[in-house]
Amino acid sequence: MKPHLAAERVQTMTLEAFADTIVPGEKRFPGDLAIAGTAGGGGAVAAGAVDLMRTEAGGMADALPDLVQALNKHAEAYRDELRLELDPDVPAFVALPAGHRATLVAELVRPGHPEKFLWVGLAIFSNMAFDTGAHLSTVDALAAGHPGLTALGYSQPDADGLWRFPDFSYRRPLAPLHPHTTPTGSPA
Amino acid sequence: MSTVEQTDVLVVGSGFGGAIAAYHLAAGGARVVVLERGPWLTGEDFDQDFRFGASGTRIFDFVIGNGMSLLGGNCVGGGSVVYFAAMPRAPRFVFERRGSIGRRMWPATITRDTLEPWYDRVAEALPISQLNWNDATYAGGLWAAACAHAGRTANPVPAAIDRELCTNCNWMLAGCRFDAKRSMLLNYLPAAVSHGAEIRPLHEVQQIARNQDGSYQVAYNTVHDVDYRVATGSGTIQAKIVILAAGAGATPVILQRSEPALGKMPYAVGRFFSGNGERLNTAIIDEDKARSVLGLDRGDGRAYAANQIGKGPTVASWDDLDASKPEFERFSLEQLYFPPGLGTILAQTPHADASVPAWFGPRKKEIVERWQSWLTIFTTSEDDNEGVFGPPPPTGNATRFSQQMLGFGPLTYRPTANTLRGWELSDAEIKRVLEKDGLAEVRPWTNDVVGAYTVHPLSSCRIGDDPATSALDDTHELRGHPGIFVTDGSAVPGALLVNPAFTIAALTERAMPGIVRAARERGIDVRYGAPAPDGQTAARDASWTQAVRLAGTAGA
Repeated sequence: MKPHLAAERVQTMTLEAFADTIVPGEKRFPGDLAIAGTAGGGGAVAAGAVDLMRTEAGGMADALPDLVQALNKHAEAYRDELRLELDPDVPAFVALPAGHRATLVAELVRPGHPEKFLWVGLAIFSNMAFDTGAHLSTVDALAAGHPGLTALGYSQPDADGLWRFPDFSYRRPLAPLHPHTTPTGSPA
Repeated sequence: MSTVEQTDVLVVGSGFGGAIAAYHLAAGGARVVVLERGPWLTGEDFDQDFRFGASGTRIFDFVIGNGMSLLGGNCVGGGSVVYFAAMPRAPRFVFERRGSIGRRMWPATITRDTLEPWYDRVAEALPISQLNWNDATYAGGLWAAACAHAGRTANPVPAAIDRELCTNCNWMLAGCRFDAKRSMLLNYLPAAVSHGAEIRPLHEVQQIARNQDGSYQVAYNTVHDVDYRVATGSGTIQAKIVILAAGAGATPVILQRSEPALGKMPYAVGRFFSGNGERLNTAIIDEDKARSVLGLDRGDGRAYAANQIGKGPTVASWDDLDASKPEFERFSLEQLYFPPGLGTILAQTPHADASVPAWFGPRKKEIVERWQSWLTIFTTSEDDNEGVFGPPPPTGNATRFSQQMLGFGPLTYRPTANTLRGWELSDAEIKRVLEKDGLAEVRPWTNDVVGAYTVHPLSSCRIGDDPATSALDDTHELRGHPGIFVTDGSAVPGALLVNPAFTIAALTERAMPGIVRAARERGIDVRYGAPAPDGQTAARDASWTQAVRLAGTAGA
C-alpha cells in the first residue's frame, strides 16, 4: 500500500468496502474501488454506513482504527493463502474482488469465530444505515431520498411528520375461528 | 451524620410487574419508591424516528448474549411501553407443563381457572378488548386467509389497544405517540403516583443487602440521560419490602450480584431461563398470488404490499395449541411486524448461494427491496428452560456498547433437542401454509448472527413448589430471603406459547394480596383492596374469594 495514502482514507475505503459487502450498491464514479458494484442503486455506503459507524452514539467510533487494521490483516492473510495477485496500492480488503470479500466476511461472522461479535457489530451498523438511516432523522432522510428507506418502499409521513394509515384492513372475515376460542377471545 | 433514605416498599422496575405492585401498595397506604433504570417518556416524547438517540433507542434495549439476545423495554412503564399489546390468556395446558424436570412446573395453586379472576382484573384495568375482522390489519388478514387456504383456523387476537386512537402506524416499538396502546403509563402508574408513589427514572439498581433487623438496603446508580454507559451518581435506600420487577434479563443479575451481601441464592436464580420458544419466519409474498389464490384486494389495485401498516400482531393461528399433542410439539403462529433494522437484519433470502450467509449481500438486498410484501410470522413454542446467566457485569445487566440500546449480557442459551424440535415443526408448518400454491417464499431468521432471540424473556427466577427448580414460592417470595418478592416475567415458570404480558400482569395481581400481607407482618400500615386504577370494582369484587385467602387479615 502506498505510504502516502492517509490513514483516514484507508479507514474510509476499508469501511466502505465492508459495508458494500453487506448491502452492495452501484459504483459512485468510474474507478470506484471501495464499492464493488455488484448491485444496482445505492447500497450501505450511499445510505451513510460509514457516517453511522463514526457516530458517538453508536459506540463503535473509537474501535474503528483497530477494526480497519484487523480487517486488512485478515484480507492479507486471505490473499496470501489463495495466492491472489491484487493491487498493492489500496488497502488489502478493498483490493479483494467482491466474491472474495463476501467469503472472508462470512468466515469472520461465522458462529465460533473468536472475533465474531466485532464483525457482526460492523455488519449490523451497515444494515442499519441502509434499512433505517439510523444516523439521520427519518423524515429528513425520506425527504432527501435515502437509498435504503426508498428501496424498502417506506412510505412518506403526513405533513406533521407522523404516520397514519386510515385504510389498514380488508374488513372481512378471512378464516374460521378456532372452535375452542373462549368468550374473551383467548385460546381455551 | 448522613441518614439513609427510608421507605416502606422499594420497587425495582416499572413495567407490568413493578407498576401493578406500586399501585396496590401505594393505594393501600404504604410509602412506595419505584427505581427505574430507563427514562420517563410520555405521549409526544415518543418519536416516529429511526435515528439513534430518538425514543426508539432511548426506551428499548437489545442485549446480545451467548446464544440468545434479549429485546425489552428500558423506561418508565418498561415492557408495556414497547410491547405490541397482544393479550391472549395462556392456554389451559400450559399450566400443566412439566418441561424437563419430571414434575408440574407451576405451583399447585395456579391453574388457568385460578388465574382467571386475576386476568379479569388486568383486562378491566388496561382495558383489553377482542379485535374483530375490521381491526385485523392487511398483514393479519393475509395471514388469516393463508391459514384458511391451508386448512387452519385463525383468530383476531385480544389486544390492549384503543381502536379509536390507533392510527395503525406500526411505531409501537418506539412508544405510542397517540396513547392508543394501553401501557402502564396510562393506568397503574399514574394511579400509583396519585396515591403518593414516587417514580425515579434513570436509577439503576445494582445490589441489595440485608440489614440486621431484616429490612433491606438497595444500592443504585443514577444514569446519564443520553449516554447510559455513564453513571452520574449513586445512592442507597432502605426498605422493609423489596419487589424486584426489573425484567427476566435483569432481576436474576441483581440477585446474583447481591449474593455476597444477601446470602446464598436459591439454585434457580439465573437458571431455567426461557425465551418463550420464540422464532421468526419471513415470507416474501407474491402479490399476484395473494390476489389470485386468496382473493385479497385492498381496493386500490393492490392485493397486499402493506407490511408497514398496522399495530403489531392482529391475527394468530392456534391449531397447534393442542393439549393432546406431546410437550415440545405445540406452538402458536402469530402474524407480527418488526420495523426495519431489528426486523430486517436477521431475515434470510430464500435464494442464497449456500456458500455465503443468506442474511447479507446482493440477494438479501433483492428481498429488502420487496419489504412492503413481507409477512412476518412469530412462533411461540415450548422451549426447554435451558438459559443460564453467567457472572454479572460490573453494573446493570449488560456491558453497554452504544450510548443506548446495544449491549452484551451474561446469558448463555444452548437450545436442546426439545426446543429445536418445536422450531423445526413450526418452521415446517409456516412453510406449508405460506408456500402453498406459490403464495410466498419463506425462510426463518438466522440464529447465527446474535444467537436465538426473544422479545419475551421469562423464567430466570421462577415460581414453583419444588425448591430445587424454583427460586420463588407461590407467593412470589424469594426462597430464604423473606421480604423480597419478584413479580416480573422471570417469575413465570416456563414458555407460555402466547404473548406473555397478560399472564405476567395477572400473576402480579394475584401476588398482591400476599405481598400486602407480608408488608403488614413487617409493620407497614397497608391494606389490600384497591379497585382498578380508574375506580372500577367489578373485577376486584369477583376476585375477592381468592384475594381473602391470599391476603389473610390484610384485606380492606
